[in-house]
Amino acid sequence: MLLRHTPTEITERSALVINPAKTCQPVGAMYAALGIEGCLPHSHGSQGCCSYHRSALTRHYKEPVMAATSSFTEGSSVFGGQANLLQAINNIFTVYNPDVIAVHTTCLSETIGDDVPQIAEKARQEGKVPAGKYVINASTPSYVGSHVTGFSNMCLGMVKGLAVKTGKKNGKVNIIPGFVEPSDMEEIKRLAAEIGVPITLFPDTSGVLNGPLTGKFRMFPKAGTPVEALKGVGEAIGTLAMGEWASADAARYLDSEFKVPCRVLDLPIGLAATDRFIDALRKIAGVAVPEKIEFERGQLVDMISDQHQYFYGKKVALAGDPDQLIALTEFLVSMDMLPIHIVTGTPGKKFEGRIRELTKDMGRPVNVRGPGDMFLLHQWIKNEPVDLLIGNTYMKYIARDEDIPLVRHGFPILDRVGHSYFPTVGYKGGLRLAEKILSALLDRKDRDSPESSFELTL
Amino acid sequence: MATKSKTKPLVDPEDAKKALVAKYPAKVGRRRAQQMVAAPGADGDIPEVTSNVRTIPGILSMRGCTYAGCKGVVLGPTRDIVNLVHGPIGCSFYAWLTRRNQTDASAPTAENFMNYAFSTDMQDNDIVFGGEKKLKAAIREAYAIFKPKAIGVFATCPVGLIGDDVHSVAREMKEELGINVFGFSCEGYKGVSQSAGHHIANNGLFKHIIGNDDTNTGGKYRINMLGEYNIGGDAFEIERLFTDCGITLVSSFSGNSTYDQFATSHTADLNVVMCHRSINYVAEMMETKFGIPWIKVNFIGADASAKSLRKIAAYFEDKALMDKVEEVIAREMPEVEKALAEVLPRTTGKTAMLFVGGSRAHHYQELFKELGMTTVAAGYEFAHRDDYEGRKVLPSIKVDADSRNIEELHVEKDPERYRARKSEEDIKRLAAQGLTFKDYEGMIPEMDKNTLIIDDLNEHEAERLIELYKPDIFCAGIKEKYGIQKRGVPLKQLHSYDYGGPYAGFKGAVNFYVEIERMVNSKIWGYVKAPWQENPELSARYAWE
Repeated sequence: MLLRHTPTEITERSALVINPAKTCQPVGAMYAALGIEGCLPHSHGSQGCCSYHRSALTRHYKEPVMAATSSFTEGSSVFGGQANLLQAINNIFTVYNPDVIAVHTTCLSETIGDDVPQIAEKARQEGKVPAGKYVINASTPSYVGSHVTGFSNMCLGMVKGLAVKTGKKNGKVNIIPGFVEPSDMEEIKRLAAEIGVPITLFPDTSGVLNGPLTGKFRMFPKAGTPVEALKGVGEAIGTLAMGEWASADAARYLDSEFKVPCRVLDLPIGLAATDRFIDALRKIAGVAVPEKIEFERGQLVDMISDQHQYFYGKKVALAGDPDQLIALTEFLVSMDMLPIHIVTGTPGKKFEGRIRELTKDMGRPVNVRGPGDMFLLHQWIKNEPVDLLIGNTYMKYIARDEDIPLVRHGFPILDRVGHSYFPTVGYKGGLRLAEKILSALLDRKDRDSPESSFELTL
Repeated sequence: MATKSKTKPLVDPEDAKKALVAKYPAKVGRRRAQQMVAAPGADGDIPEVTSNVRTIPGILSMRGCTYAGCKGVVLGPTRDIVNLVHGPIGCSFYAWLTRRNQTDASAPTAENFMNYAFSTDMQDNDIVFGGEKKLKAAIREAYAIFKPKAIGVFATCPVGLIGDDVHSVAREMKEELGINVFGFSCEGYKGVSQSAGHHIANNGLFKHIIGNDDTNTGGKYRINMLGEYNIGGDAFEIERLFTDCGITLVSSFSGNSTYDQFATSHTADLNVVMCHRSINYVAEMMETKFGIPWIKVNFIGADASAKSLRKIAAYFEDKALMDKVEEVIAREMPEVEKALAEVLPRTTGKTAMLFVGGSRAHHYQELFKELGMTTVAAGYEFAHRDDYEGRKVLPSIKVDADSRNIEELHVEKDPERYRARKSEEDIKRLAAQGLTFKDYEGMIPEMDKNTLIIDDLNEHEAERLIELYKPDIFCAGIKEKYGIQKRGVPLKQLHSYDYGGPYAGFKGAVNFYVEIERMVNSKIWGYVKAPWQENPELSARYAWE
């Protein structure tokens, strides 16, 4: 057994986290920054942070992940990291020449209290930032929140660092997609285009972290949200923030500082959440929903109704990020599945309440914890087994020990491909997710059925 | 099948150096140039390679941090110690199973905590008010649930800054729980790379575990294997060879290891060192305190593996062992030779670059040589001058501020337990026969004249190198892999082995031959351009009826 020391009996822990269902802020900030065209993320701290974050994102995407670091030494930790960051900014613009450097902090630079905006300003005054180039920043201490918080903070950093107040309106809608895959961002753009809503999607990692092999390496792929578009987010007619945890802060800041009204929606994963997203786009554009999208919706409803017998009543345990878990739970409930154990490592008061609300008609109690960890989730599973697991690659240790099928979803997925190419948002994404769930359940049924009742057709 | 008859002519190393540093600000260029040298060839004078110096901020280095070297590399592979990371969640998360250290915990009672990540998950309150109380609570909770025989505590960046003392907490918990609890001050900002973390880990092992149990676990030809981390099952393959030769492995540092192995390791009669960079400190300290000599070995490459087995046999000066070693080599080599003969026509004459680690960029050159391939450029990520130039330069290495803050343990002869395994005369006699002790010649002497050696290579220099040399394969790590491959050059990961392996020993060599042949001849590289991109001019159109 891989997790042979996990006891069934649950004891409350006050200090020890085992097998976390989250990681730290800077990796989320790095991911978000990669969604700006021509941007080099920069980690202001020890070089190990940057190395770990690049490695984690690279393993997840199987794509180059470029980012720089201030490479703190003991001296910089005592005297402050200003000299390191100034040197880094100069070296980066000289050698790599990005349009934007997006600096995020670490627990180290936050603990010593480095003032990154002030250092960036000093760099500008010293002529280290070429004309027309930008240094933006986000405060992302690792001891607050999680990778989702870091993503959110870098989205906020984009607005604070680039949006220009002109008082004009550009007729566009901002969409902040949340901590989702490049494929999901592409799908959100497609849906908006189908409905005819001109949007600025930020960040946008599609084309950055699922790029082609051409024989030529582009350190800054021709993809991502253009700087010019980010400068204009304050002129938008409104903002749709997909997910309270990953996207709402930047949207609310645009509301309060730029008078761009916002709506915070759930991630458009599954039927009902996608319906709300499409309905919002329809109302913004003042148009009828195109037939093409209604057709896609109909396909998803069709497939679920065709296969309902296999979804019905299946118990599911999930670990992941709050925005994803909320949308997934609603989707599972809508298919008459039973999400009964749900854990996120990301803190946030509203999470448990939202899950309880979504599952209140399931007619049975649900274990939900935020923040919790995968060790607790595993213990819940030992106490009440499930038919399916949904979560990141670390869940496969539980899956193997308990012999439960796993659908990989979330961050990080280290051992399968697909997430960067095929979306799980929108109706088409719902179809893919439902297909993956169904295949996992039916592969198990085929494996476990006795020969006498082994079925050709399912 | 097309076969290249000879290797491409080498780029002039001075031209290459100029091209590599041309784009840098002047000061950066000067610093980087000191970390690049041309190999002098077999008879030339060994040049000095500036190494183990600070990474330049903003340059996309391959390096990681001290914590990664300590917790990730050295302590990570031991299965029955609860490794508790004191810090915010990330450090524990990123070191969770990402280094592919395999372990054999198949015994029914075996403890295995390697699949778990333990963290105090420090929050802002802990940063403001101190985290020692939380650390103590976490240790108590870990003990209550897992009842391990030992708990290691690893300090991350903020821990040192706010003044949490992991050592005093460890001492208190050791007293309270009655198990071994020990701390490592391996904050990420210490030193200039992972290397500082190796040293800190070595010190901790020596202070807190090695020598704790004098039980002689029995067996003949008792050795420890140092600096072998069982990536992809390398240690399993080496253990297989030891077992077949009748050599007893007392402890491994630290692939497939246990706490009890460490505790009894001082009863061994020889230390063999694989990765000199990460573990030479333990070898040195064990020799001083317990009288165990050490020799450098290398089980990467079939010839190198045979040579290493013979060195061990030569040390014990036992005819039966020597015969057994020859028998095992003779048994293993036919399969190796057969595999090599199959791939050689398709690998000979190709070129490789290796930029990785603190020993692998050297060791793996052996395998490429066997494949008939030339290493045209190589360098380490975090090595010191002795790993390039050989240990003879140790007295001339200046200790700078970054190295000075890593503790040097003062070690003396153990009054009761010191036992010279070999007399000074024996050592001299064996050395005269070619078995050198406490010696590592480094990477440079083995590299062809005018090939290039670059320390702490970065993204920009890698790009220039590929343009200049157009190597057939590049060896580095996960961060480098996909950027290099986008350029149409296959990259073999030599940290994680791309989830393959083992590559050590004889079976490992066969695996590597097959793998490299696959990579340098993969059909997919022929499909990078679409047919219409090869002939962009539209010369004809379909004439539909």
